[in-house]
Amino acid sequence: MRYNDPSPLETPVLTRRFRLPNSQSIDTYLASDGYKGFERAIGMTQDEIIGEVKTSILRGRGGAGFPTGMKWGFVPRTSPKPKYIVVNADESEPGTCKDRLLMEFDPHQLIEGVLIAGLAVGAQQGYIYIRGEFRYLIGVMDKAIDEAYAKGYLGDNILGRGVKFNLATHSGAGAYECGEESALLESLEGKRGNPRIRPPFPAVAGAYQCPTILNNVETFCAVPSIILNGGKWFADLGSPKNGGTRLFCLSGHVNKPGVYELPMGFNLMRMINEVGGGIRGGKKLKAVVPGGSSCPILKADECDLAMDYDTVAAAKSMLGSGGVVVLDEDTCMVKFALRIMRFYAHESCGWCIPCREGTTWLKKLLTRFHEGQGQRSDIVMIGDLSKNMLGRTFCPLGDAAAMPTIAIVEKFRDEFEAHLDGKPCPYEHINAFSKSGLAA
Amino acid sequence: MTFSPELEAQFEKFLAKYPADKKRSAVIPMLVYAQDETHAITQEVIEEVAKRCGVTPLQVDEVVGFYSMLHKKPQGTYHVQVCTNISCLIVGGEEIWNQACHKLGIGHKQTTADGRISLEEVECMGACSWAPAVQVNYDFYHFVTPSQLDKLLDGLSAGKKPDEIAGVKRASC
Repeated sequence: MRYNDPSPLETPVLTRRFRLPNSQSIDTYLASDGYKGFERAIGMTQDEIIGEVKTSILRGRGGAGFPTGMKWGFVPRTSPKPKYIVVNADESEPGTCKDRLLMEFDPHQLIEGVLIAGLAVGAQQGYIYIRGEFRYLIGVMDKAIDEAYAKGYLGDNILGRGVKFNLATHSGAGAYECGEESALLESLEGKRGNPRIRPPFPAVAGAYQCPTILNNVETFCAVPSIILNGGKWFADLGSPKNGGTRLFCLSGHVNKPGVYELPMGFNLMRMINEVGGGIRGGKKLKAVVPGGSSCPILKADECDLAMDYDTVAAAKSMLGSGGVVVLDEDTCMVKFALRIMRFYAHESCGWCIPCREGTTWLKKLLTRFHEGQGQRSDIVMIGDLSKNMLGRTFCPLGDAAAMPTIAIVEKFRDEFEAHLDGKPCPYEHINAFSKSGLAA
Repeated sequence: MTFSPELEAQFEKFLAKYPADKKRSAVIPMLVYAQDETHAITQEVIEEVAKRCGVTPLQVDEVVGFYSMLHKKPQGTYHVQVCTNISCLIVGGEEIWNQACHKLGIGHKQTTADGRISLEEVECMGACSWAPAVQVNYDFYHFVTPSQLDKLLDGLSAGKKPDEIAGVKRASC
């Protein structure tokens, strides 16, 4: 990465061009196998392209981990409607900062991935939905798109091969909810970002009610290498049923926070100690958020595990979006749970009552608790309220708020009890900045 | 109302991106870019965007109410956004936020009397591995320390542009 030193343990596939001079330019891209996957895909049938993506066992990098090839296979290719490719670049899951780098340092890799997806389902138009706060990335992507048009990789007759594809960026305006696929589509259509009921899924009725492939930035960025080197090559980089590498965003109390591209199935303790340089200040590990704020927290003794979708799911959490937040022994878990809930209460779109009311009341309960005004019965109520949100909303935001809360209450009940009876927070005297590793 | 020729050109580009009968898609990008120029979403802006996108002013207004970056009150020339979400929180985001409030004597979504600086405590801005993080307008600042924040706010208060402030470097390219 250019924002942090690389680790010798990395397997650079999606990030392999990041350190090349002018890595954003199409000339650099073309000089390093750029657009070769797309050129190969032009000579393949749609079934062959989708088959190769299926073989790669690429699973959605936005968080859900759904097999990408299967998702593409759901698009009704014979439908007379236009088809769309939509890139979810609304990166906003707390703990996650990878898509930003993929766009900043190798924008053409994303464009090429989108082009191949277009060939796979017969789409001729794509949109990159970029969160509004990433304005500079809209500039980076627009420039790359202009270069691709100028060199004939986008347009009405690409490379003179009779392929048509047009691509444009689209700015969001600040809403975590729009990272959810159906809310993103509503937003793309110029509306409030409320989720849609499914089915129908976007593959059948997405943008403008037309068949749509909607994937995360990182998912599309993996596709050119898959087509160029073969699905099996990509699958073999990872662990069983989890193809390839992924970008892990290491943050929190490690000596070397940063974004690192590691094979799927990389051990979490090795990630913390060998890639991240261990816990700062010789402190002990307390817990890890394995894949962004919505994932149930893992206690230190649960962290010796392979970071792939299935292993983390077996540990009752999720690999999520790759945001690995590392917490040392001096972190207040009540405050941590409160901050997560404040976030979800702020970002709940209000469409579904269990989420809107649940997050609001949980925020109030957790605030009261952290201020030392909590009652013993509140501990049970926090868990119960969270459980009553699960599965009762149109989109996963309600679950995303409930799951980490349930896990924190169950695994760190002693910390909640330590806040009872008006006792001050045991960690109140600690200045968090002192744990940043930075000189004041 | 009249916009700058640059913004007009930008609007034309936006409208050309979407199918001819789907101009409503341009509503949000237009609002974000218009606000950069007008500093707030006024009723006039709403009506103008509605007219250009072929929707009712109410359909634009309901969007303004939904998205956190759109606002009807003008912000400061420099909108300082401090992230206090989890990755920033545990390495000092809250301390940075409190320091900013204390130093400027304003709070969340408030603006200094001279209109130069406004403050907002924001949710995750995607800079988790380089926390604590601050955004000034659209520019990112990574690994922000209390002394850097002091320099940044002192410089902005004294009328300097962010790039003219010594010892504070923006992260994005």
